[in-house]
Amino acid sequence: MTTLITIAYLVAAVLFILGLKQLSSPKSARNGNFTAAAGMALALVATIPQLHFTTAGIRIIAVGIVIGSVVGTVGARMVKMTAIPQMVALFNGVGGGAAALVAVAELLRFGEHPGFAVAFPSVFSIVIGSVSFAGSMIAFAKLQELMTGTPITYPRQQLVNGLLAAAIVGFVIAVLAIASVPFSFLSLAILALVLGVAFVLPIGGADMPVVISLLNAFTGLAVAATGFTLNNFALIVAGTLVGASGSLLTKMMSDAMGRSLTNVLFGAFGQVQAGAAAVAGKEGRSVRSASAEDLGTLLAYSRRVIIVPGYGLAVAQAQHAVRELAEVLEKRDVEVLYAIHPVAGRMPGHMNVLLAEANVPYEQLKEMDEINDEFKNADVVLIVGANDVVNPAARSSPGSPIYGMPILNADQAKNIVFMKRSMRPGFAGIDNELMFDPKTIMFFGDAKDSLTKLVQAVKAA
Amino acid sequence: MSNELLNEVTFFVLAIFVGIEVISKVPTILHTPLMSGTNAIHGIILVGAIVIAAGASSPVTIALGLVAVILATTNVVGGFVVTDRMLEMFKGRQQPSKTPQVK
Repeated sequence: MTTLITIAYLVAAVLFILGLKQLSSPKSARNGNFTAAAGMALALVATIPQLHFTTAGIRIIAVGIVIGSVVGTVGARMVKMTAIPQMVALFNGVGGGAAALVAVAELLRFGEHPGFAVAFPSVFSIVIGSVSFAGSMIAFAKLQELMTGTPITYPRQQLVNGLLAAAIVGFVIAVLAIASVPFSFLSLAILALVLGVAFVLPIGGADMPVVISLLNAFTGLAVAATGFTLNNFALIVAGTLVGASGSLLTKMMSDAMGRSLTNVLFGAFGQVQAGAAAVAGKEGRSVRSASAEDLGTLLAYSRRVIIVPGYGLAVAQAQHAVRELAEVLEKRDVEVLYAIHPVAGRMPGHMNVLLAEANVPYEQLKEMDEINDEFKNADVVLIVGANDVVNPAARSSPGSPIYGMPILNADQAKNIVFMKRSMRPGFAGIDNELMFDPKTIMFFGDAKDSLTKLVQAVKAA
Repeated sequence: MSNELLNEVTFFVLAIFVGIEVISKVPTILHTPLMSGTNAIHGIILVGAIVIAAGASSPVTIALGLVAVILATTNVVGGFVVTDRMLEMFKGRQQPSKTPQVK
C-alpha cells in the first residue's frame, strides 16, 4: 500500500465516523448519510489506480457496477415506505453474500495451504457472511409475506441448530488444520447458509427488525474479517464500525421492546400463546361500536386528543388522512398529539418516518416517555391500526409473550376509539383486552376510509 | 505476530470502541435510518470485491468476482439511496411547509 492510498483510507474512515455521528441526531442525519457516501466514494476512487487489471477483470467490474447500481437505485426508489424494513434486510443480505464470496476468492488464490493468518479470517467471513445472507433472505421473505410471519418451530429445534453450529465449528477446525481444498469451503458455505435459514425460521415477524439489525452487525464483522484477509485498512475499520454500532443498536432495539436479545432470538415468540389465545376469549364477548357521526361529535368537542398510530395506518397509507383529521380538529382548538411507541410500525422510528412524510409537524410527535403521563388528561385517544403497543396484557398478564414490554397508557384516557379492520389480533398474535374495555368504542374499517369519514363528521359537527 | 497483523488488530480494537461510542446517544426515532446507514457503510466490501475481480482470469474467479461486485454495489447504492429516502422526510421541519395548504 502506498502512502496515498493509506491517507485516502484514513480520510474515508474519518468520514464514516463523522457520518455515523451525524446520523445520530435528527438535524444532521441527512448530511450524515452524504458524509458516509463521500467516504465510500473516496475509498473506491483511491483503490482503483492501485490495481493491475486483467481484461476480464475490467469487464466484470464495469458490468457488475452497472448492474448493481441499477438494481440498488431502482429497488431503493421504487419501494413503498411501508416495505423499507425488508428492503434493508435485502441490501444487508447481499453485502454479507459479497463478503463471503470475496473471502472464497481470496482463499482460492492462496492455494491449498494458506497461512493461518489468511485462512482464519477468510473462513470466519465465509461462515458469518453466509449466515447473514441466508438469514436476511428469510427475514425479507417473512416481512414481504412471501412466507408466513409466524414462527416456524419443530421439536428439538434448538438442538438441531446447536448441532448445525457444532458441525460448522468442526468443519472450520478441519479446514484450518488439514487443508483448504475448495470442496471444504463449499461445504462450509452450504452449512452456514442452512444455519442462517434455521436461525431465522423460528423468529416471528414482529421481531424481524431486531434480527435484521443483528445480521447487519454480522455483515459488518464479515467485512472486517475479509479486510484482515486482504490486508485492507478501509474494510477492517468500516466493517468493525458497523459490527460494533450494529450490535449496540440491536441491544437498544430489543430494550425498546422490553425484552432481552436472547428472548428475541430463542424465545420462538408468538408460538406459545397461540393455544392460550384460542382458549381465552373468542366466545363472542361484546364490544361497543359507533357511527362516524357520533365519533365526529365526540372528537370535535374534546379538548385534547391523542392519536396512537400503528402499522395498520402505514398499510392503509392513511398518514395523510390522519394529518387532515388533526388539522380540522386544530381549527376547532382541539389539541392534537401523536403518541409514538418505540416499536410502532415494524421498526423503531418507522412511524416517525411515515408521519414526517405526510408533513405532520415534528413537535406533535411525542415519544412514549414524554406522553405516558398525559393520557389521563386526554378526552379521546384515537388508536389507528395499532394493537400490541396498547395491550394492557403487557402490564397485567405474566403469561403473555409481550409481558413486560413498555406500553402506551391508552387505557387511562376518558374515551378510547379503536380503529381497526377487524377483531383480528395484532402482529404478535394475541388478543387485546383493551377492545373489551367499557370506555372503548370500536370503529371498524380500512384506516384511510374511516379517517376520511371522521374528517367529514368533524366538519359537520 | 507480524507487525502488519498487529497494526490491523489495533485498528480493529479501536474501531470497536469508536463504533459503540459514536452512536450511544441516538434517539429512538433514528434507529431505522441509522440501521440503514450502517448497512450502506458495510458496502465497503465493494472495495474488496473490486480488488479480487481486478485480477480475475480463470472462469471460477471471473464468476466469483462478477457476482461479488454486483452484490456489493447493490449493497452500497441501495443502502445509501434508501437511507436518503427515509431521511429526506425529516427535512424542513423548522420552517413552515413550502407547499401552501389548499383551503
